[in-house]
Amino acid sequence: MILILLIVVPFLAGLLAWAFGKKASFARWISLVGLAIDTLLVAILWFGAGNSNDVWLRSVNFAWIPQFGISFHLALDGLGLVLIALSVFLGIISVAVSWTEIQDRVGFFHFNLLTVVAGIIGVFMALDLILFYFFWEIMLVPMYFLIAIWGHENRLYAAVKFFLFTQIGSLFMLFAMVGLAFIHYQSTGLFTFDYFKLLGTPLTPRISLLLALGFLGAFAVKLPIFLLHTWLPDAHTEAPTAGSVILAGLLLKTGAYGIIRFVLPLFPGASIDLAPVAMLFGVLGIIYGAAMAFAQTDLKRLVAYSSVSHLGFVLIGIFAFNELALQGTVLQMVAHGVSTGALFVLVGMIQERIHTRDMGQMGGFWGKAPVLAGFAMLFALASLGLPGTANFAGEFLILAGVYPVSVKTTAFAAAGLVFSAVYCLWMMYKVFFGPSSKETLPDLSLRELSIVFISAVVIIWIGVHPQPILNKTAAVMKNTQSNMAAAHHENTLETRFVLNKLIR
Amino acid sequence: MITFHDIFNLLPFVILAAAATLLLLTIGFLRHRLLTKALRGSALRPPGRVNPHMLSEVDKLFENFKIHFQIYIMAIVALVAAFLSIFLMLDEIPRQVTPLLVIDFYGLIFLGLILTAGLSVLLLSYGYLKIKNEPAEEYYALLLLAVLGGGIVVVSNHLVSFFLGLELINIALYGLIAYTRSNEKSLEAAFKYLILAAASDAFLLFGIALIYGETGSMQFSTMIATAQWTTMALAGMALIFVGIGFKLSLFPFQMWTPDVYEGAPAPITGFIATVSKAAVFAVLFRLLTSTETVADPRMVFLLSLMAIASMFFGNIAALFQTNVKRVLAYSSISHMGYVVIGLLAKESIAVTFYFIAYFAATLGAFGVITALSKSDRDADEISDYRGLAWRRPWLAAVFSIMLLSLAGIPVTAGFLAKFYLVTAGVGSSLWLLVTVLIINSVIGLFYYLRIMISMYSNDHGNESITSDSSLSTGIALAALMFLVISIGILPTPLLNILSLALTGR
Repeated sequence: MILILLIVVPFLAGLLAWAFGKKASFARWISLVGLAIDTLLVAILWFGAGNSNDVWLRSVNFAWIPQFGISFHLALDGLGLVLIALSVFLGIISVAVSWTEIQDRVGFFHFNLLTVVAGIIGVFMALDLILFYFFWEIMLVPMYFLIAIWGHENRLYAAVKFFLFTQIGSLFMLFAMVGLAFIHYQSTGLFTFDYFKLLGTPLTPRISLLLALGFLGAFAVKLPIFLLHTWLPDAHTEAPTAGSVILAGLLLKTGAYGIIRFVLPLFPGASIDLAPVAMLFGVLGIIYGAAMAFAQTDLKRLVAYSSVSHLGFVLIGIFAFNELALQGTVLQMVAHGVSTGALFVLVGMIQERIHTRDMGQMGGFWGKAPVLAGFAMLFALASLGLPGTANFAGEFLILAGVYPVSVKTTAFAAAGLVFSAVYCLWMMYKVFFGPSSKETLPDLSLRELSIVFISAVVIIWIGVHPQPILNKTAAVMKNTQSNMAAAHHENTLETRFVLNKLIR
Repeated sequence: MITFHDIFNLLPFVILAAAATLLLLTIGFLRHRLLTKALRGSALRPPGRVNPHMLSEVDKLFENFKIHFQIYIMAIVALVAAFLSIFLMLDEIPRQVTPLLVIDFYGLIFLGLILTAGLSVLLLSYGYLKIKNEPAEEYYALLLLAVLGGGIVVVSNHLVSFFLGLELINIALYGLIAYTRSNEKSLEAAFKYLILAAASDAFLLFGIALIYGETGSMQFSTMIATAQWTTMALAGMALIFVGIGFKLSLFPFQMWTPDVYEGAPAPITGFIATVSKAAVFAVLFRLLTSTETVADPRMVFLLSLMAIASMFFGNIAALFQTNVKRVLAYSSISHMGYVVIGLLAKESIAVTFYFIAYFAATLGAFGVITALSKSDRDADEISDYRGLAWRRPWLAAVFSIMLLSLAGIPVTAGFLAKFYLVTAGVGSSLWLLVTVLIINSVIGLFYYLRIMISMYSNDHGNESITSDSSLSTGIALAALMFLVISIGILPTPLLNILSLALTGR
């Protein structure tokens, strides 16, 4: 029941905000109240879990559309819990950051914002493929509105591009879902979309690869991997600040989550076959994202490209298939969500003050707004992976986990870290140091200060003491590792079998 | 030959036919009475002098005794009664009534669908006709006749009854399309429809003649079994296909669609897009499955080809339109292509379900166009919708949901309908068609999104498109929106009814 509440509460708060949106402050407060209730629910789940040997903390399951074998099946494990906690946290940040930025159609804005959050929370819990697809799409349409209505100059183009890219990917996933269900039906006579029942469906390697690619179609666009990333800079740049925070902090994570939750367990053999390619794309993403970030003059675009780079780490971490790297990806996701979210918030604050994102018109802000600059420094350093911040913990675990699998990947990824130092420091130099621009820049207000302060505390706290989060996800990742190891064994046997046949 | 019992079994049709007749008689009688009254009023005045007030006096009399509303209520009552009478017949089906008609669950479900769609069109038309300032009464009689035609088509089991029903739809539509006489486009559309429908009917008739000449039968169940596909029977079937293709506007018989959609009054466009297509599709499904022709490889090839071409042509052509009605026209071409997948998979539930979802969304979309239309023209340019969300938020919300449903986005009925088609297609290993469907869903997104974007764009656009819609339009749109969302979230009851009715399980 608590799982359903997690989704329903923000959605209802959003509806109320829309219905009584004539009074802007009401819309803002009701959204905060909704998310605060969700925080409480997350806290209950987090601290009430107790027995951590059980992978699944809670679940709800009842028939929904029995004709199609679709059930309303939600379940929560440590991974989902961590990501839901992140969603609620960033949801609150988004509401707070929009307090003065959004003045038009405030009710409808908060409805969209909270619906996206509700959809994302649903994504992190759905264990029926079609239910997952439902939530996957529910976050799409309101996000589209957030960009298209409240975005910046080029918003319509960015919104359409975002919608089309993600929708194309999603349709491939839907196709693969139906295909998988049918293959399961042919071998067992049971037509179902339930995750647990579909696990271990016998698949030929070819079919398995095709289906895995179908699922990856959706996840790779969201993540995004190199070459499918082109929607990201546009969408992130044109979205309002809250939209960028949600996009970077949460939407991208749904792609990584989807790979860990669905692609690896459902198609272990295919995942192993795909791992080298995924690693390659991960490394390309890391280096390409960093290089592109360095080349930007638009501050927001710079931060957007840095996401491509950071999510490359997540990708290589996932396809290393070991607990260390997988745990690293979780930390990296949380760290990236909070630090990049905070950077977007800071960029939004600068833009609200001087009405431009062009770095050419910035400079010397350190003297004018020392508090803002100090926090920007902190998050920039976090973004480049300074020890003591959560990002370092994540990246370090990933690199340590990838090393035994592929030394080359590790080497190139580590080189990518250097690039990220370059663009982060370059950004700091251009905006906060250097020749002073004419713009006047008031420092942070109390509201703004509390937003960035909380983010900073989270980043450092996780950086120093990541163990609570690692404990939450340990069971899940251990499971994933052992499943993948078993599959790896099988895959090698199969390969050996084929080789033997060829030799004879 | 026809017993009283048979007539009882045709109750919905009897009600519709009687109502149409009654409507025409009422209009004639009341008009006449008003006329005499008006003339008598003028006769009382001294002759010889032209009274400038006289003419306006007559006009006023007409105004006072307007029978539009009464006729409208009568038409609603007729449709509702016909719908309710379906339930009286449920005990005795399936039942062959004369060699021409068969009353079975399948036909009744489509009949119910058509009556509901007719009712929605009726509700939408009232406000529209009031704004248009045309004498509105005959419109309702024609609409009832068109619905009757559609009803006959879906229960027909014989080429003759099929043809008669089809002609009834056509003849009523000629009048309805041209109903806004002052609009040139409306007249042009009616003419185009007249000529092309007549041409396609000629094909159809010739095909029927060939089939009859070869097999000696025009009943679906017997005619093709005996034919053994001689050249003549094959030619006949092909010609029938041409006729049906025209009605469904499947590629390559789709040319009339955009022009007619654009010219016809918006509610009638909704009617053409839904009732006249679903009726013909229902009969095509019955024809092909009851004769097992659908398994014939040549038929599969032909249908697949038409489906793929329709999907691609409709969606790609829709990308280049600036007129909302034309966009929806092309999109309807591709939607017919989608449904063919359900036909080839022989999944009657999938087809019916798809049509229910498509009906609700299409009628809703045309309902919004209707609600925004002005006296001189329909609100059919995409630019008319700029900033609609800030002027008429509810209409914009309804339109968005209808477009999302047509695009197949979850939480709307359109998604589950498309999902069902995909499942049916995959289940019958129609991989190519399903892939094409998915590719086309993506193309479709472009133009549905374009309309949506303009509704939510910040500039205020055409402020004049803000006409107030009447209560009945509001009721119809609210009901359609409720339908689209409730089916999209909880389709189980509907699926249960359909599967009980269509497969007995």
